[in-house]
Amino acid sequence: MPLHSDNDSSGSGGPWSGDSQNVPPKSPWGDAPPPRRPAPRSTGRGDLDDFLKKSQERLRGSLPGGGGARPLAGIPWVLIAAVILGLWLIATATYRVQAQERGVVTRFGKYIETTGPGFHFKLPAPVDTVILKKVEQINSVDISGSEGATENLMLTGDQNIIDIAYAVRWKIRNPELFLFELAEPEQTIREVAEAAMRAEVGRATLNDAIGPQRAQIAEQVRERMQEILDSYRAGIDVRGVDIKQGDPPAAVKDAFNDVSAAQQDAVQAINKSKGYAQQLLAAAQGAAGQFNAVYAQYKLAPEVTRKRIYLETMQSVLAKVDKTIVEPGVNTYLPLPEVRRRALAAPAPAPTQAK
Amino acid sequence: MTMTRTSITWLIGLFALLVLAATTLYTVPETKQAIVLRLGKPERIVNAYDPKARFGDTDAGLVAKVPFIENVVFIDKRVLALDMPQQTVLSTDQLRLVVDAFARFRIVDPQRMYQTVGTEENAKDALSRILASRLRNELGRQPFAALLSPERTTLMDDIQRSVNRLAAQYGAEILDVRIKRADLPTGAPLESAYTRMRSARAQQALTIRAQGNKQAQLIQAEAEANAARIYADAFGRDPQFYAFYRAMEAYRDTFKDGSTTVVLTPNNEFLREFEGRSGK
Repeated sequence: MPLHSDNDSSGSGGPWSGDSQNVPPKSPWGDAPPPRRPAPRSTGRGDLDDFLKKSQERLRGSLPGGGGARPLAGIPWVLIAAVILGLWLIATATYRVQAQERGVVTRFGKYIETTGPGFHFKLPAPVDTVILKKVEQINSVDISGSEGATENLMLTGDQNIIDIAYAVRWKIRNPELFLFELAEPEQTIREVAEAAMRAEVGRATLNDAIGPQRAQIAEQVRERMQEILDSYRAGIDVRGVDIKQGDPPAAVKDAFNDVSAAQQDAVQAINKSKGYAQQLLAAAQGAAGQFNAVYAQYKLAPEVTRKRIYLETMQSVLAKVDKTIVEPGVNTYLPLPEVRRRALAAPAPAPTQAK
Repeated sequence: MTMTRTSITWLIGLFALLVLAATTLYTVPETKQAIVLRLGKPERIVNAYDPKARFGDTDAGLVAKVPFIENVVFIDKRVLALDMPQQTVLSTDQLRLVVDAFARFRIVDPQRMYQTVGTEENAKDALSRILASRLRNELGRQPFAALLSPERTTLMDDIQRSVNRLAAQYGAEILDVRIKRADLPTGAPLESAYTRMRSARAQQALTIRAQGNKQAQLIQAEAEANAARIYADAFGRDPQFYAFYRAMEAYRDTFKDGSTTVVLTPNNEFLREFEGRSGK
């Protein structure tokens, strides 16, 4: 069954179009917005109006001399007045509370009851008034610097200064208290948050506040805020405090960065020396191992091994150098410049490692 | 004709009734207290603040008064905000602090309030003046550290108590006094705090670097000691052979580049066999 046949101008749409051309076809659940209305109204009320209008027209149609086009003296006026009265009654004597809301009903200003989600009846307009409050909605108040300032500076317990930005999440716990007890809830939350945060930060040191104890401070602020707001009977539930930023002020940031740089430097120095230590140990172990191996050989045949090593060393040493053998007692003249020139000209001989 | 006259009479009657109702009846919301004035003189109070009354059990609602000679003045029943201007406080140790405080109060005696100051706004002004001066006096008697410390709570309680005595004159009750901001004034005090913070950090950075270097040196020294022990363990087994072995190694290393001229005599150990002498 097509529920939205309102654009169909032939009027032969739904089963409801039989009564009157003015009544648009609508869903049996009353969820579809009335299409001929210029502005959408609250669904409950709009449907009610439609319903009333419909029944009114039905009524008019059934009257003798009907149509209401030429009213009989007296009767239709009373009737119209009655219909308007009924309309007004139904429109103002019912209300709907959405799922996340509670309705606070007052009778001539006096509190009557708080109603949960759903459809409710009350006495009509000037008598009963309902105020709907979103109790499930979590509101958030951002607290950063005061007007114009980019930083929200605070003194810590060790008389340092911290730049802190945080948000408070809250919701209405008790709508009656929220409405009737506190004149300016938002401002109160803000001020209480500031006072609580100052008090807690005033107990902590700067290092704790910018680092490890942040979450703890946030929780303490939440508790303190709740305590203060409860003492005002504010009907507010502080769900949480989130510290979004807790840094040293920009003016001293460089100094703080230098501390972390120093930490990096220290780690770097330690790592470097650890590397050097490994290198040193490895070299010592290598050399010792080598010596031990050679010594083991030497031990087996000391004389020969010693001789062999000596001769091999001399061979490899003397193979590369200029050698002059002089008999004892003969004075020789060494042409030093010539020797040097030859040494420069000669290509470096490949070292022969005799082992 | 008679019908029209009757309806006109009806209309006039209805109108008169409406006027009477409008001048007689008035509604008092839960958030207000109403002072009924008879020819300007406070006669009674409707929905006066009562800490024990629950909402719904209060006197709020539709209330009647004598028309024309009585009129009603509404006074807020809720907890009201009292924001004080920022002020500079000088602590006993001559440090200046910018203090921003707030208070919450309630009008508990609307008649007194009405007679002394008239409106809530005037009450607010009067209370905020009293509180500001009391705050300045009390805080000025504290050392700087106490202004920041948690023991501020008792201080605030004292202030609240003493202000409450004065507030009672205005029919008000101070529920809570709190400092929401206590900062160093911008300019020299803030700058000197920054300087102190900077120097503290600089010192910290120096310490960290020095500690790092110290540890690095210790690690190196330990490694050197270990290496020396390893060498000693190995070479100590035969110092003489070590001397020989090490000398050989040194020769190889020293004469590596070949730009050396060596002058030898045939008596040299290496040339021992050079002249074909017998091995013995």
